[in-house]
Amino acid sequence: MTKNVSKSQLAVAALRNGTVIDHIPSDVLFKAVKILGIENIRTAVTIGNNLDSKRLGNKGIIKVADVFFPEKTLNRIALIAPSAVINIIRDYEVVEKFPVILPDTIVGLVKCGNPKCITNNEPMLTRFHVIDRDNVTIACHYCSHTVKSTEAII
Amino acid sequence: MRTKSLVSISDIGREEILSLLETARKFEERPNRRLLEGKVVATLFFEPSTRTRLSFETAVNRLGGRVIGFSDASNTSTSKGETLKDTIKMVSNYADLIVMRHFLEGAALYATEVTDVPIINAGDGAHQHPSQTMLDLYSIYKTQGTLENLNITLVGDLKYGRTVHSLIMAMRYFNPTFRFVACKELGMPEEYKAFCRENGIRYTEHVDFSPEVINTSDIIYMTRVQRERFADIMEYERVKDLYNLNNAMLDGSRENLRILHPLPRVNEIAQDVDDNPKAYYFEQARNGLYARQALICRSLGIEVND
Repeated sequence: MTKNVSKSQLAVAALRNGTVIDHIPSDVLFKAVKILGIENIRTAVTIGNNLDSKRLGNKGIIKVADVFFPEKTLNRIALIAPSAVINIIRDYEVVEKFPVILPDTIVGLVKCGNPKCITNNEPMLTRFHVIDRDNVTIACHYCSHTVKSTEAII
Repeated sequence: MRTKSLVSISDIGREEILSLLETARKFEERPNRRLLEGKVVATLFFEPSTRTRLSFETAVNRLGGRVIGFSDASNTSTSKGETLKDTIKMVSNYADLIVMRHFLEGAALYATEVTDVPIINAGDGAHQHPSQTMLDLYSIYKTQGTLENLNITLVGDLKYGRTVHSLIMAMRYFNPTFRFVACKELGMPEEYKAFCRENGIRYTEHVDFSPEVINTSDIIYMTRVQRERFADIMEYERVKDLYNLNNAMLDGSRENLRILHPLPRVNEIAQDVDDNPKAYYFEQARNGLYARQALICRSLGIEVND
């Protein structure tokens, strides 16, 4: 880091190498943290919330040093944060920038809201299919119970 | 020989529905055929359902197969906390086909993922019960001579009644006109109305079970209005008798009209309807045997000749 940087700029450290997940709606930031398993990461992690955003009004951001997630993992947050954008940083430069993409099938992430669903009563992974991309509605593969992704229990 | 599971009625397309109806007709002509010689069929009823179990077991017996299984999970390892997966894997070592009924929704689909033995879903909670739909289709086909262009009136509990939902799904290939007769609390859910619109199925909704509706129907499918479905018991008392059918109401009905009901019935069809030749619910139950014989043969990849 260069010398003579003011303290206000130090609030969010620049990444040398790693992943920045930007444009996460503030209200789902911590859900995204959970989905990505950030708690278990041992390298430097910076989480910012309620930052000004032209697009969202209020946004959250996650910076993870020295970790490059598989795209599949990153896409899991598309369910709750379809607006999120991924920046891959190498040597302080953004070398890749792409939006998250909602996969057709989401495995082992969402809890089915139907208490009589087999997935809530067997040791097994849940599986949901996206049935309406416009309203981001998903349906349980097993019991057909549907839920809006924003209301899904993660 | 290709084996196939049956989890939902939507697993079966138009051509296969027609071919299964033809197979069921053959079994009605001659139910006793030794097509399952040397085969063992497991009937696993994690939730008791005497009617469905007897129908399936009779079907296997008339086909010359053997039955193993249980009719109540309370005296099996399930009550000791065994997972469904383990039970299915264990039974898969013994049986050529598993017919299962479970109180949990999605149980049958999950079972197909943990075994190579074909599974027939004999009901998973309030979700799917395809053999019931198949016997409903056979009953309609048999009494009307066709599945095409019929006026079908569904009466009673259209909200929770899985049989009426599955019937709509299966009839989509045959250009039906549906009439949904129910009180507001038990009206047809929006998802099924949307399904009708997407598939070009005509439907009208009625609160009154009126002569106009009855007299233009080819099929009236009655269902039971259950007290436990109501949050407000006063509301139940108000509507419980609005969707009951008695013999006098059939005076102006079509000659070809038949009354169906998945049974058991309580008050929704008066006893005096039973003797009317248009009452068909007891024969309907018998058709379940032939429909299930056809489905068992489908699952085991057995061809049925005349």
